[in-house]
Amino acid sequence: MNTDALSAETGAKPIMTARNVDVFYGKKQAIDNVSLDIPENQITALIGPSGCGKSTFLRCFNRMNDTIQICRVKGDIKFAGQDIYDPKVDVVALRSRIGMVFQKANPFPKSIFENVAYGPKIHSLAESKDHLEDIVITSLKRAGLYDEVSDRLDEPGTSLSGGQQQRLCIARAIAVDPQIILMDEPCSALDPIATAIIEELMDSMKEKYTIVIVTHSMQQAARVSQQTAFFHLGELVESGDTQAIFTNPEKERTQNYISGRIG
Amino acid sequence: MPDYLLSTSPAMAKRHARHTRFQWYGRIAIAISISFMLLMFTAIFFRGIGAFQKTMIAVDVQFTESQIDPSGTRDENSLKQANYKPILLQGLQQVIPGATERRDRNNLYKLLSNGATFDLGERVARKPELIGTSQRVWVAASSEVDLYVKGKIDPDVPEDLRRLKDRDIAWIETLRASGQVKKQFNKTFFTSGDSRAPEMAGILSAALGSFFSLLICFLIAFPLGILTAVYLEEYARKSRLTDLIEVNINNLAAVPSIVFGLLGLAIFLNFFNLPRSTPLVGGMVLALMTLPTIIIASRSILRSIPQATRDAALGLGASKTQTTFHHVVPLAMPGMLTGTILGMARALGETAPLLMIGMVAFIVDVPKGVTDVATALPVQIFLWADSPEKGFVELTSAAIMVLLVFLILMNVFAVYLRKKLERRW
Amino acid sequence: MSQSRDLTLRRANRRSQLREYAIQGLLIACSFVAIFTTIGIVASLAFEAIRFFGKIPITEFLFSLEWSPQTAIRADQVGASGKFGVLPLLSGTLLISFIAMSVATPLGLLSAVYLAEFAKPKTRNMIKPLLELLAGIPTVVYGFFAALVVAPIIRGMGAGAGFEISSESALAAGSVMGIMLVPFISSLSDDVINAVPQALRDASYGMGATHTETVTKVVLPAATPGIIGSLLLAVSRAIGETMIVVMAAGLAANLTANPFEAVTTMTVQIVTLLTGDQEFDSAKTLAAFAIALFLLVLTLGLNIVALRTVDKYKKKYA
Repeated sequence: MNTDALSAETGAKPIMTARNVDVFYGKKQAIDNVSLDIPENQITALIGPSGCGKSTFLRCFNRMNDTIQICRVKGDIKFAGQDIYDPKVDVVALRSRIGMVFQKANPFPKSIFENVAYGPKIHSLAESKDHLEDIVITSLKRAGLYDEVSDRLDEPGTSLSGGQQQRLCIARAIAVDPQIILMDEPCSALDPIATAIIEELMDSMKEKYTIVIVTHSMQQAARVSQQTAFFHLGELVESGDTQAIFTNPEKERTQNYISGRIG
Repeated sequence: MPDYLLSTSPAMAKRHARHTRFQWYGRIAIAISISFMLLMFTAIFFRGIGAFQKTMIAVDVQFTESQIDPSGTRDENSLKQANYKPILLQGLQQVIPGATERRDRNNLYKLLSNGATFDLGERVARKPELIGTSQRVWVAASSEVDLYVKGKIDPDVPEDLRRLKDRDIAWIETLRASGQVKKQFNKTFFTSGDSRAPEMAGILSAALGSFFSLLICFLIAFPLGILTAVYLEEYARKSRLTDLIEVNINNLAAVPSIVFGLLGLAIFLNFFNLPRSTPLVGGMVLALMTLPTIIIASRSILRSIPQATRDAALGLGASKTQTTFHHVVPLAMPGMLTGTILGMARALGETAPLLMIGMVAFIVDVPKGVTDVATALPVQIFLWADSPEKGFVELTSAAIMVLLVFLILMNVFAVYLRKKLERRW
Repeated sequence: MSQSRDLTLRRANRRSQLREYAIQGLLIACSFVAIFTTIGIVASLAFEAIRFFGKIPITEFLFSLEWSPQTAIRADQVGASGKFGVLPLLSGTLLISFIAMSVATPLGLLSAVYLAEFAKPKTRNMIKPLLELLAGIPTVVYGFFAALVVAPIIRGMGAGAGFEISSESALAAGSVMGIMLVPFISSLSDDVINAVPQALRDASYGMGATHTETVTKVVLPAATPGIIGSLLLAVSRAIGETMIVVMAAGLAANLTANPFEAVTTMTVQIVTLLTGDQEFDSAKTLAAFAIALFLLVLTLGLNIVALRTVDKYKKKYA
């Protein structure tokens, strides 16, 4: 089988490559032989009906699946050419390069400032207090939140609105200066206005970061991503240029999903 | 390969070291608690194990009629109360002829337990044909001798620091040399009540006192507890009143146990004039104390029974009461019984409230009912722990062992009950 | 449909209705026992305490620095009516509770964190019952062990270090009480730690935090209110604990913060005043009820604050 078959569509250099990935929860197989490339400084959307394994696959990229005891990952996933499941790789360091934003905004029960400062502190990224403040403010600005919270940085992060909380979580992820940000249905709990703000934000972020987003909304995938991968029943059905997938899918299953016949 | 991904980088190594260290703090904390427990158990075990044996001394006794029953009536009471001291002493003097002075004779006799003469009295009363014969009888040694034989008195300690003098020790050794000293299972410990003399003291009256108290406790707390739980879970609508009851129960669970004792003293004893120092009052106090535990446990069991069970019964036209008592309560019963037994296990170990209602008396007689004056096992432990005689240390530890065995049995029974009767729904 | 059947049904209905009411009444009566118990406790303590304050002014009880309840031997010895200041007892109680908490807090919290976060399920299932066993041991056993083994050891260590430690030191009673409280704190805190939502842990792991960083910087701070609640419950336990202090702490009412000295506690004095021969109207016996009332107010107050804190915490993450 040609394992490179699914990565050849774009000219962009892949920063992350997955080859023949299988994921098991206990005896149940959640992901079956998936190979996919993630091009640098682009937005890749993973779409598919719920339970198709797209979130599970996303969590392989920063080894978040390690926190689930019964979960086993097989196959080969490389980040910048390095096998991230190599026993020598430090999962803690890996996650500082590959950040994550979750489905439900999960700010720590700390102040807005402390939320963003958490990452730089644990990774000792700031040389001084001023530097730390600098990082926090820059991150909040990049997440498009600074103007809304600049006067109340010491208020609890949980006091913000849902959309603001999610942007706080994005700022928190940015603060450790990752190369990739994984987003697991980041807008599923948000209203359309907050969603639009975050989508806009993602577009501006791709200059600096590579983004992989899991979404159940095809419209969102179409709006924000350059690359799309369609998952169904634990398999990767089709992947490639977003435009192409949505207008002219190769596989019937993709066609069915996009037209609403698979829910 | 970018080396910042490797766990070998110094910054990472430091953070991981901190993780390892932190985990060790947790392990050490657990180890400290558990080794404390092990230390406590071993200390008590080694101090107490000796109490299950007791030292006996063989005396060749001449049951002379003139001494025991001069009137020749063979009256049981007079046989029991006759003075056996002279014939015991004579028997001892056969082995240790040197002790003829009055003081020496007294000291020699003190090798035997005070109970030895009662013991002989019992034997003769039971079997009057002994009179006129000569027998070798094994009688209990005194506590000091017992401790010496068990190796708990160090003969190298300066003589004036011990109650057993050098000559006493020499006598014991003489007796031992002629095969007249042995250790045997200490039946007394399980069959008699308290005594001022350690070698004659037992836990039976305390154990029965505990049993009667727990019986009363169960009879009161179990029905009250589960009915309250049933009311709160199945009947009561949320109201100020039920809130009040709930807050009440939660707070009662945290009231220091000694306060329950004061409640018993002021209300049961002084106001209702119930008999002091009895398992009846003890049980009532323990019942009030365990009630919150039973209610809280029973409520959580009731809550875990699926609504479908109730709906099914109600749907067939059963009334609220029928639904509750025919369908819900039977399902919850094993769990509620388990909770009750666990609550009672705690009550079994309770000491302070019983002190307040006078169950702290010196009880020789075995209580026959709930209104007899009695003490309880943990109180007996407290009393013995407070006694100055060295022999009681052994008894205290042994009584603790017995108490712990009862506690473990109750817990095992509770778990067994839950496993055995648990129904899946 | 015959009319008579209708009637029977109705009559049967009325009868069963009555039975329902009767049973419900019985159930309500049972639940009232808990309220009556509380009323009984408060009333009996308050009643006797008021009689006590009739003999000894409440200001003396609350503010006097001296406790020596030895009342007159002869009836005409009016002057020698004893000193009834509760402060030395309170200070002794607090000193021992403080020692107990300094032992129990680190041990209990670290055990809870280890069991909740780091231990493998198998280890956890083995260790938890062992710790619970520690909670099931009657306090009289702890008291015996404290007096017989721990106190001499502490005394011996003091002698080795060249200073004198009382054989009934606050340290012996307090440290043993601390061990007794470990399972109490660890199981309460374990619940509290488990209630911290997984989402917060995920967020922290997702940032590249180690497990320990996640625990110390996210989980524990998030759980702090709940943990404080469980510590307060433990303090309330320590203050009300009786047998350990009766057996291992002293009777001397010293107003001291020195853990090597003997102190006495409120519970010890209640026991001492009420066991043995007593005359029910003397200030001595009545004093026990006044102390108990004080004790009740203290423990209940702590308890209410603690339960509120825990409740609020649980609602936050419910």
